[in-house]
Amino acid sequence: MSFDKFGKMSYVSETKVADFVKYLEEGKIMATRCIRCGKLYFPPRADCPDDLSVDMTWQELSGRCKLLTYTTAHFAPVGFKDDLPYTLALAQCEEGVKVFALFSKDLNENEIHIGMDLRLTPLPLPNGRITYELKKV
Amino acid sequence: MSVAIVGVGQTPFRRSCGINIRELCFKAFRDALEDINLAPKEIDASIICSAPEYDKQRSPAGLISEYLGLTPKPTFYAESICSSSSTGVKVGYGFIKSKLHDIVAIIGFQKMSEISSAEVQERMGRGADIQWESPFGAMMPAGYAMFAHAHMQEYGTTEEQLAKVKVKSSKYSFSNPLAMYRRVITLEECLKARVIASPLKMFDCCANADGASCVIMASEEKAKKITDTPVWVAGIGAASDTLSTTARTNLNGLTCAIDAGTQAYKMAHIEPEDVDVAEVHDCFTIAEIMAYENLGFCKPGEGGKLIEESQTYIGGKIPVNVDGGLLSKGHPIGATGGSQIRTIVFQLQGRAGKTQVDGAEVGLVHNIGGIGLYGNVTILRR
Ligand SMILES: [Zn+2]
Repeated sequence: MSFDKFGKMSYVSETKVADFVKYLEEGKIMATRCIRCGKLYFPPRADCPDDLSVDMTWQELSGRCKLLTYTTAHFAPVGFKDDLPYTLALAQCEEGVKVFALFSKDLNENEIHIGMDLRLTPLPLPNGRITYELKKV
Repeated sequence: MSVAIVGVGQTPFRRSCGINIRELCFKAFRDALEDINLAPKEIDASIICSAPEYDKQRSPAGLISEYLGLTPKPTFYAESICSSSSTGVKVGYGFIKSKLHDIVAIIGFQKMSEISSAEVQERMGRGADIQWESPFGAMMPAGYAMFAHAHMQEYGTTEEQLAKVKVKSSKYSFSNPLAMYRRVITLEECLKARVIASPLKMFDCCANADGASCVIMASEEKAKKITDTPVWVAGIGAASDTLSTTARTNLNGLTCAIDAGTQAYKMAHIEPEDVDVAEVHDCFTIAEIMAYENLGFCKPGEGGKLIEESQTYIGGKIPVNVDGGLLSKGHPIGATGGSQIRTIVFQLQGRAGKTQVDGAEVGLVHNIGGIGLYGNVTILRR
């Protein structure tokens, strides 16, 4: 169960939701849904704190979302300096969950406005790593 | 039985203090004890507060307790990042109220220069959810910047209004010799400064610092013997919020601050308009504007207007951060809450010098850990 291929830099290698990466490689962005109470989780989680259930099922997200807020960073933590400047965004998926991700590099900051339509898509990285990003529709 | 703050101490906050953490803590401890003529042996328990990822010493409470001459009395370690020492004060309050201990010392410290700036950067990256947000290059200024953009969108708050928070801070920093930056910054300088994380620019952000603070708390009976000017803890509130940005429901304010404030006002039996002077956690200019709203000093969305109209200056509706705040003092994480409490204690004792708010009876401290992760509000009364 290896999660450490996720993202440009990963601090987590073992998790019950490691299959997320396998789905991502297949081009799918998956959330989890609690079988008992029906609550949808993204980022996916394996355990539901509402009813302590561990029975979850995977559910694919459509990728359609709207921008809630963003920032363009001109300073970065270790490992991200060569990407500067980069734009971080929080978006609301049509299924109701939120996603935190980077904007694709082809988007200019002056094209960004809160409420704009976005698409969440898998993004393969060099060295066999993989992540997801937000693109303009 | 009431619980009082009887003594407060603080070191200067500086980029680099040139001494070790035990010596740094001793300095703040001595400052507090000498002021009230209290011997270390009178203290029944100590609570040491810092963010451990910046310390080289493992389990610093033991080291500091020894150096301050507090052994064999019990010592505890409290951590809630930037609000660690407010957490310490809450624990101390519980100890005294439950009669476990009569006199408790809360010592907050951080020597951020102890590790290299690359190491600081590495730790900053791990302040977000390491599984789902750190892998995108998340960090503190970016987190608050996202709140700033949301607030601007929702309420029309402007970059000029953000800058005006820093202009106020720099004006008052002049009267605070312990502050790291004591230079008047103009609105133009703020607006022209380089961008850190849009829309936040250099002067919208506070700086890392070395420093320590100390708060001595006592039971009512002991407090009256120690000092003629005890400051009473009238209300104390604490709350938490999700670490994940994705799980937040409020992007225009910090829910943990609203919750902690509601608890503290209820316990103190007061309303926001009863507060005479306040210290709020202005790690970024947007944080101060959200604090005005979250604490009820103005309606939601009117924080920008409150600073625009200079209502948070001395003489205004509610003076806020008249010691320069984190923006001018610097932010030695574990020491910050104790420093805020020190400012309010001095205000209520009438010892605030040039920045004294006339007749201040009730003061409030708002101290936040992380990006609205831990909220702490403490209300003090003369
Ligand atoms: Zn459930």
